[in-house]
Amino acid sequence: MRLTGILIAWLLISFNAFAVIDTFEFDSQEQRARFAMLSEELRCPKCQNQNLAGSNSGIALDLRTELHRMVISGQSTEQIKAFMVERYGEFVLYKPSVNSLTYVLWYGPFVLLGLGFILVIVMIKQRGSNRAQQRTQTPAKNTVDREHQQRIKDLLDKNK
Amino acid sequence: MIAELGQYALILGLVMATFLAIIPMYGASTGNVFWMSFAKPLAKSLFLFLLISMLCLVYAFATDDFSVEYVAGNSNSALPIYFKLSAVWGGHEGSLLLWVFILTCWIFAVAVKSDGLPLDISARVLSVLGMVAVGFASFTLITSSPFERLLINTPVEGADLNPLLQDIGLIIHPPLLYMGYVGFSVAFAFAIAALLSGKLDVAWSRWTRPWTNVSWAFLTIGITLGSWWAYYELGWGGWWFWDPVENASFMPWLAGTALVHSLAVTEKRGLFKSWTLLLAIFTFSLSLLGTFLVRSGVLTSVHSFAADPERGLYILVLLAITVGGSMLLYAIRAYDMKSESDFELCSRETLLLINNLVLVTICAMILIGTLYPLLIDAMGAGKISVGPPYFNALFVPFSLILCFFMAIGVSLRWKKSSVSALVKQLLPSLIISVILGVVAAYLYNEQMTLKATIALVLSFWVLISLGLDVYSKVKNSSVKILAVKKMPISYWSMQLAHLGVVVSLVGVALVATYSQERDIRMQVGDSIEMEGYRFEFKGVEKRQGPNYTSDTGTLVVYKGDNFFAKMHPEKRFYPARGTVMTEADIDAGAFLDIFVALGEPLADGAWAVRLQYKPFIRWIWLGGLMMMFAGLLSAFDKRYKRRDKQRSTSTPVASLA
Amino acid sequence: MRRILLFVPFIFCIVLGVLFVKGLSLDPTELPSAKIGKNFPSFELPSVRDADKVYTQTDMQGAVRLVNVWATWCPTCKQEHSYLNKLATTQGVEIIGINYKDDRAKAKQWLKRYHDPYIFNIYDEKGGLGLDLGVYGAPETYIVDKQGVIQYRHVGEVNATVWADLKVKMQALGWSAK
Repeated sequence: MRLTGILIAWLLISFNAFAVIDTFEFDSQEQRARFAMLSEELRCPKCQNQNLAGSNSGIALDLRTELHRMVISGQSTEQIKAFMVERYGEFVLYKPSVNSLTYVLWYGPFVLLGLGFILVIVMIKQRGSNRAQQRTQTPAKNTVDREHQQRIKDLLDKNK
Repeated sequence: MIAELGQYALILGLVMATFLAIIPMYGASTGNVFWMSFAKPLAKSLFLFLLISMLCLVYAFATDDFSVEYVAGNSNSALPIYFKLSAVWGGHEGSLLLWVFILTCWIFAVAVKSDGLPLDISARVLSVLGMVAVGFASFTLITSSPFERLLINTPVEGADLNPLLQDIGLIIHPPLLYMGYVGFSVAFAFAIAALLSGKLDVAWSRWTRPWTNVSWAFLTIGITLGSWWAYYELGWGGWWFWDPVENASFMPWLAGTALVHSLAVTEKRGLFKSWTLLLAIFTFSLSLLGTFLVRSGVLTSVHSFAADPERGLYILVLLAITVGGSMLLYAIRAYDMKSESDFELCSRETLLLINNLVLVTICAMILIGTLYPLLIDAMGAGKISVGPPYFNALFVPFSLILCFFMAIGVSLRWKKSSVSALVKQLLPSLIISVILGVVAAYLYNEQMTLKATIALVLSFWVLISLGLDVYSKVKNSSVKILAVKKMPISYWSMQLAHLGVVVSLVGVALVATYSQERDIRMQVGDSIEMEGYRFEFKGVEKRQGPNYTSDTGTLVVYKGDNFFAKMHPEKRFYPARGTVMTEADIDAGAFLDIFVALGEPLADGAWAVRLQYKPFIRWIWLGGLMMMFAGLLSAFDKRYKRRDKQRSTSTPVASLA
Repeated sequence: MRRILLFVPFIFCIVLGVLFVKGLSLDPTELPSAKIGKNFPSFELPSVRDADKVYTQTDMQGAVRLVNVWATWCPTCKQEHSYLNKLATTQGVEIIGINYKDDRAKAKQWLKRYHDPYIFNIYDEKGGLGLDLGVYGAPETYIVDKQGVIQYRHVGEVNATVWADLKVKMQALGWSAK
């Protein structure tokens, strides 16, 4: 009865303007930490991008209650996640599972960084070899420069 | 009538923008000075009309004109005046008008400050900015005008501003954030102008840098304020959620940071030209992407305005033209932008290239993560979510790698540095940093974690590198103060910015690792202990506010045996919208925040109470503030001052010949 | 080579553009049920009408039916109720009700007042069945086939447009109007 009353109140509140503060009790700090972690990693199925910890909607409260029950009954993190996924789909995991669909997601950035490093080093080394090539190929350019320098010096001397 | 005036001013602004987009550009491509000289006056009148339009909307809010639909939807006569004025940008239509207005502010600034630029460049830059203005002004006018009237069934009272927004955060966060987002359009315009004219020289970099640094500064503070606001407003102690809208602001910041560094290289050494151009286009494109993501409904977010796929399509078309067009121009024209100089593997250029690489990779990672659910859904492969666990897992190692290279980069010289000298300088400092970092981590909290310790080690290492660099600059002069004064402002702003990064890093590492939270049931007289602090619950009273009623709780906090603070968390009920808000009470300190929030009343007069212990959290925003000051400071560097003074001193030399 | 590389950003933007165009036609808030193609979850719950009568998942087998999750505290449920009445009486649709996290007395009163289209009504007081089904907000309507396998879920009210879609799906499973 009380629960219904609270649920009605929550339905009237159309905005997720605050996170509900539950008062669950735990048997150990480890349990409390696991509950905190899971309630942040599980997504509220209904809300506009909020985790179970941050949402005040009815379903979020129900799922937190269920989560609490599972944590204190000793179920493992994998079991709890499997329970949620079975009912709500992969959508409910903020940490996407690593499977063939998500390899690009999880490994892509590392691959990009690695490739990028290789590219940078190759590019710089190539500049170095280009420069070395230029030096051996254009001694003529240096003679032209020297001629230029001489002419400038002559002109300046003339003005003195 | 004022609303109609506002609408009309917006239309005139659009007309000016259209002329600005076409005439000076035509003049620049044909070398016609007459047409090019229209750029500045058109820019200034564009600004004037948008100013009038904004003021009309502000007036409508200030006078509670509920016949204007947007005012009726976002305001209320009981709303305090400062919220009425900031409610102007509290919804989609008004925030768009703000966007366009801020764009015209930047256009005006460019018009006023571009006397040192060649006419064809300033004409092109202003024209490109005009094109952007045409896009957004037309979008606002056609799909989202804030001046629409509700003449039949005009409401007597407004629907009130969303209570979440009734806060100082609304007053400052959107305008500063938009200043950043929109400011990158200037760098974008300079890049397009360079591609169109085929010229990219030192002068170009010198003009582009201050505009970029200042926009970067605004975007930095805009994001910082958003994080700070979310922390104290939302009531659960979080300060970053990797929400699509947050990511939409962080991506241009990352690209913008890469751009700031790349521009430094282009100015000093004439290198990375085509890469800098690409970054400038890319950064602004990410700003525009953000606008699209927030307003189209393509991604779910707590921040998004009312989703409307029709508006989304319009923005997408705008994006296609702006981004697609500029990328195509880049592909065709950038080939001719070749860099002249060289550099060794062990040099500042290499490290800045690595800096760019890491920043762009982080940006790409965030883009992938944000868009992945959409991609999977579009492929018909179901619905998945990508949230904080993913982003944190990848962001942490990447940012630590970035800091590692930052420590090295600030110690290297341009073009060529000796590897052995580098090792001789950095290896001892690295060893010292490891010792300092490990000791500091242990002393702070015996339960050390690898990530936090590495972060501390790297922070010390960057700090020592920065210090060593300053020392090397002043050690040779006998009067140290003179040496400090001799260093250009841009040098000090660089040091300040890097220092800001370190400060933020320390804040993030410590708060993420060592924060504590307890949600408990408390009755009057109950007390609980957490991290050496004792919290005593004294009860809850009712209170009346201007447009709300509140349940105000009292908790007395003791540190050990000494009184520490008296805290008053509230639960407010706003009758106009029927919403309930948690106003947490935070005891903010330089090294620690104690955070208390009130939950629901329970049976027997007890209350649900949330307590949080957040060490070093202010450092995150302090770092952001430092970075902002650094960015703004850099615009005052001597070399950006007008060249009239130099001309007057150079004539005597000419007369000698 | 460099020329081609310079086109990469442009191509990348085109690809993103295509993704966004597709994205505009999708609804990110829509969440399909994870139970589609699976058997109706096992349960043992009393009836709303008669506290002594107990239903289990075998009662969900035997015909192509709609299963409607509703509650008296849910305003949208009230909105769709008259349409459900219409479906039950004029089209001969068999609708099973799941009274979700509600009060039995209130539910009975509500049904008496607004008429009862359900062939039977399960009293899910604690919401356990709803949780196992993956319900996240009332009203929700499921299509269950003859073997008791869940074939589709619709979230939100059932009206003429929704029914047109549900009808096609039910007919594909072998249902026909009476």
